Amino acid sequence: MKAHFGRHAAIAVIAAGALALSACGSDNATGTAPAGNGTSAGPKVTGTLTGIGSSAQGAAMDAWKTSFAAANQGATVQYSPDGSGAGRKALLDGSAQFGGSDAYLKDDEYATSQKTCGPDGALNIPVYISPIAIAFNLPGLTELKLDAPTVAKIFRGEIATWNDASIAALNPGVTLPDLKVTPVNRSDDSGTTTNFTDYLAAAAPEVWTDKASGVWPATLQGENAKGTSGVVKTVTDTPGAVTYADDSAVSGKLGVAQIKVGETFTKISADAAAKAVDAGKPVEGRSANDLSIKLDRKTSAEGAYPVVLVSFHIVCSTYASQETVDLVKAFETYVVSEEGQKAAADAAKSAPLSAELQDKALKTIESIKVKS
Amino acid sequence: MTTTSLTRSRGAGPAGDKVFSGATLAAGCLILAVLFGVALFLVIQAIPALVAPGAEIQGGAGFFAYIWPIVIGTLIAALIALVIATPISIGVALFISHFAPRRLASGLGYVIDLLAAIPSVVYGAWGAAFLAKEISPAYNWLASNMGWLPIFQGPASATGKTILTAGIVLAVMVLPIITSLTREIFLQTPKLHEEAALALGATRWEMIKMTVLPFGRPGIISAVMLGLGRALGETMAVALVLSSGALTASLIQSGNQTIAAEIALNFPEASGLKVSTLIAAGLVLFLITLAVNIVARWIISRHKEFSGAN
Repeated sequence: MKAHFGRHAAIAVIAAGALALSACGSDNATGTAPAGNGTSAGPKVTGTLTGIGSSAQGAAMDAWKTSFAAANQGATVQYSPDGSGAGRKALLDGSAQFGGSDAYLKDDEYATSQKTCGPDGALNIPVYISPIAIAFNLPGLTELKLDAPTVAKIFRGEIATWNDASIAALNPGVTLPDLKVTPVNRSDDSGTTTNFTDYLAAAAPEVWTDKASGVWPATLQGENAKGTSGVVKTVTDTPGAVTYADDSAVSGKLGVAQIKVGETFTKISADAAAKAVDAGKPVEGRSANDLSIKLDRKTSAEGAYPVVLVSFHIVCSTYASQETVDLVKAFETYVVSEEGQKAAADAAKSAPLSAELQDKALKTIESIKVKS
Repeated sequence: MTTTSLTRSRGAGPAGDKVFSGATLAAGCLILAVLFGVALFLVIQAIPALVAPGAEIQGGAGFFAYIWPIVIGTLIAALIALVIATPISIGVALFISHFAPRRLASGLGYVIDLLAAIPSVVYGAWGAAFLAKEISPAYNWLASNMGWLPIFQGPASATGKTILTAGIVLAVMVLPIITSLTREIFLQTPKLHEEAALALGATRWEMIKMTVLPFGRPGIISAVMLGLGRALGETMAVALVLSSGALTASLIQSGNQTIAAEIALNFPEASGLKVSTLIAAGLVLFLITLAVNIVARWIISRHKEFSGAN
């Protein structure tokens, strides 16, 4: 009997380990990377660039590093999607050459970065923009108009049925079903949740009284599921359910809400997301070349879609060796280039940077130099 | 004569004995060292969360306020799994060992063992994508007809992704473990006991009640405890199936969370104190599992004299 236990236990331990490993890898397995054709600007570089950070960038990063390695023989990029916080920490303590983060550096982190990265500190470069769709499953309805307070009420469970007066008032002429509203949120800690709750907290502060956070507020009733694919699947299976998810993942019979911005309703699109990012303001107290963007979630700019996730690459303004500088410049130049943004759009269905933002990013990348 | 030839038949003699006992000792020590290493790692990494001011822990009310709902959730899920799986497993094991025709028995045993080889993420995907959707009408029925029981209080979850669904998926996962162990034990019931019972005029059910079950009792308990271990530690299936939330008495509403799933869902994006908190949660699960095993050993040792084997 004892021998049996031992063996089963050993098998269980090994199996659990293997599962844990495979589970980690399952987060960002969408799309394949197109092979680069070597037209990236700049001279060929060699060496290994190490980055740690956001898992939201995972799929895009896979595409970037494959194309970059194909275009630059001898250069490799390693990226470990350990999370935004881990990415910022790794850049600050010097264990990674760049960090991927769904949020730009906080003020105290920026102060720390001046020790690691020289007097100008670290630079935040927006590289990945992903509009977040509010997707619902209402038989026969593919479009719905909502404003921020209504969305906040829906996700707080304060609206019981879809034919509620507050939804009907925004959608004159639409026959709303008498169906129970089932909000579905992410059960895992995610940048999508951070940006969605940030939008609600900024645009509907009187309804959404919680702070922006990657973890859904525990006090709220509601359903949840793991990962973007999990919430989309759950909503697809449940009439009356509604969720927030990367626009790229929403398909099939799910409807997508238009959001009231200013006086008009804006449909979700890559252009509208880029417009919202352009409407954002630079963060004060940073170096001249820094591109930290404080999104204006309450923007009234026409055609802007403010429910958007912006993910950054955080790099140092100075590095110790010329080789690292060349490598970082070459890689980041590729990432923000037309080609790199297209690779990300193909692999992860992100929204490409606007031309204006691209120019600014290139200027920032150009400013990276060797520590003097 | 026979004894002397047996002792002389192996040339290795005392040297072989020494090597063998040394090897087993090393294996024994290794497992203790690994266990100790894991415990040490958990304690060291968990300390920051245990000593941190309560407001900095997720939820803002300290580590124990954070951990106890998910400890209860873990126990609820495991309990549901065992309540469902134990009777079914014993039934299946008895059928295989004492009722089924031999050819069917070996085939069935094989299929049950196969269930244990399916990865938990597959069970989770099945539970989330199929079972939850199909079972939610049953939850609505429970809510409207048995809603007076706190555990079936409505309104039922619209997605069906509840702790009860997670418990059912876990039950399917622990079923093969309990079944194959109890089957082996039932097969070891001394034939003489069984035949004696039958000779006294017992029916087949009475024979099983008088000989097989008392003989197998410690084995059944061990099997159930092993199943409980799996149910407590199961991660992926629960993470995929359960729509987690605050501690809720109702089993058919969304809510509750298990420790393993909580860790799996939050670890990838965690940093700093959050990592410590999650590792401390892992430490708590480790201690629960240890306690369960100690209790199981104690029960088995208490019941040894009734086993009928001696």
